[in-house]
Amino acid sequence: MADTAKSLVPSQTEAIRRKPRRKQSLGGLIASQHQLLIMSIPFVLIVILFSYVPLWGWIMAFQKYTLGKGILHSPFVGLDNFKLLFKDQQFYHVLRNTLVMGVLNLIVSFVGAIALALLLNEVRARFFKRTIQTITYIPHFVSWVVIANIVTQLLSPDGGTLNQILVQVGILNDPYYFMSNPKLFWVIHTIANLWKEVGWNTIIYLAILGGLNPEHYEAAEVDGASRWAKMRYISIPGLMPTAILLLIISVGWIIQSGYESQFLLGNAMTIDYSEVLDLYALRYSQQLGDYSYGVAISMFKSVVSVLMVLGVNYLARKTNQSRLF
Amino acid sequence: MNRARGNYAFNTFNYVLLALLGFATVFPFLNLLAISLNDTLDTMRGGIYFLPRKWTLLNYEIIFRENGLLMAGVRSVIRTVLGTTLGLFCTTLLAYALSRKEFFLRKQLNVVLVLTMYINGGLIPTYLLIRNLHLMNHFAVYILPLLISVYNVIIMRSYFEQLPDGITESAKIDGASDFQVLFRIVLQISLPVLSTIALFIAVGHWNSWFDNYLYASRNQNLSLLQYTLQKVLIQSANEIVSDNGHANVQAIRNNPESIRAAITMVVTLPILFVYPFLQKYFVKGITIGAMKE
Repeated sequence: MADTAKSLVPSQTEAIRRKPRRKQSLGGLIASQHQLLIMSIPFVLIVILFSYVPLWGWIMAFQKYTLGKGILHSPFVGLDNFKLLFKDQQFYHVLRNTLVMGVLNLIVSFVGAIALALLLNEVRARFFKRTIQTITYIPHFVSWVVIANIVTQLLSPDGGTLNQILVQVGILNDPYYFMSNPKLFWVIHTIANLWKEVGWNTIIYLAILGGLNPEHYEAAEVDGASRWAKMRYISIPGLMPTAILLLIISVGWIIQSGYESQFLLGNAMTIDYSEVLDLYALRYSQQLGDYSYGVAISMFKSVVSVLMVLGVNYLARKTNQSRLF
Repeated sequence: MNRARGNYAFNTFNYVLLALLGFATVFPFLNLLAISLNDTLDTMRGGIYFLPRKWTLLNYEIIFRENGLLMAGVRSVIRTVLGTTLGLFCTTLLAYALSRKEFFLRKQLNVVLVLTMYINGGLIPTYLLIRNLHLMNHFAVYILPLLISVYNVIIMRSYFEQLPDGITESAKIDGASDFQVLFRIVLQISLPVLSTIALFIAVGHWNSWFDNYLYASRNQNLSLLQYTLQKVLIQSANEIVSDNGHANVQAIRNNPESIRAAITMVVTLPILFVYPFLQKYFVKGITIGAMKE
């Protein structure tokens, strides 16, 4: 399993090592493979409809779009929306929030997942290990609405469990309103994310650790290596190639890291630190009816994201010799 | 001797740390369960951690009596069942076709699908597309956009590809069509990946609320459970709980904590019941999908 872990993202090209076959006309192919066509074409069309057709909407970023006129009749304004965008102070604010929360999440969940996988890997009692795994996977399957509810309840100043404990222990004199302090938003958001996903993120690392050659551990055992030594000199080096590759790939996705959690955990008081690009685009479009500006933001995000993913993949391919997509 | 002591210390440290993590994961759910089963006025006094102090089922009674909430629950179930059935069916067909090495469009269709993981129009263009398709405030908006997830297709395709060729080849030589090969042979040995994908799709539908908020918030008859919970979270309980003759309704309205806890439990419990049965499958499914040879 360890060596199969090299190419993590399945590729569509590598599997095509076709045997040479005799040439068939297109009509013949369609006739002989009509069942495969029926199985695939309708669903690919649905994907095209919901993933490619919205790209057509990018035209709006260069227009003064109104719902009444539609894309075909709205007047073109060139790069006006983008000029406005790059002068917009709020845009930089929101961009900063998106990037900071993306980076924080990336680092904390990367370190957390590896640490947890290493610790779980050292557990000999199988029942205990499986129980902890089962428990820590649960929050991954629970909606952000529920998580936000839990966080709000725990941190609430009237009757919130954390506040109650802190007051009883004597750390706080009065309950503290955690959720309304904008400075704390990034911390709360990152911890909530870690709590939700850390167990789930260990799955891949545990699979790699389980696939490492047991002879290395046995040899280390004979040489009298301690648990720490085995972890440091066998487990961690075994994990690193894949981990680094995963980390590099995730860097490309930083700007894409979602908006649900920020939407649900944020409120009017924390908006300066909680609003991310998509939510800003949405607010602009819905409240001011300026869809063109919203599309310009969406487009900026998509283009930057693609550039980052491609750039990062290029780097990873150069360093790792393995193709990522 | 020294080493043995070091190992002992390490083990103790490790078990304690992991047990604490497990506790930190479970505690918030237990806490909400206790609050949801505790009397509202009593909850306001604080101090509910693991167990209710004044047991009551009133909170649940109230939310189940609430017509809007009950209907939202029914719609969530319908959406999840319908969305999972259709989604699993379509994903399976597409993944199978793309796993056939002889399929002449295989390469092209794969590129079309994989590219969508890198490029997307973004939130606002998608919103306007949904508008233009007249899917706003229509039940289909819950099903159609989520019908195919490229990520799921790739996991399932990888699984089909690593099945031994011999199984399908011999059936093909005997004259079986692709549909027959898929349904009579391939699916019979694909339980791990089918349950993994079914779980992913089902959880996605059950947990989804943003499409409800964005595309169907005007139509009360399309409200789902998660969105209702989100409204309780952000607003007060006033809009959710009507005065249905209970003495405690006023107290609950003023202190939505109990009702919020009860709805959270109703939303979370179905997942907790289904998930342990599928765990052994999805770990395998993910590992195969992520680490393709």
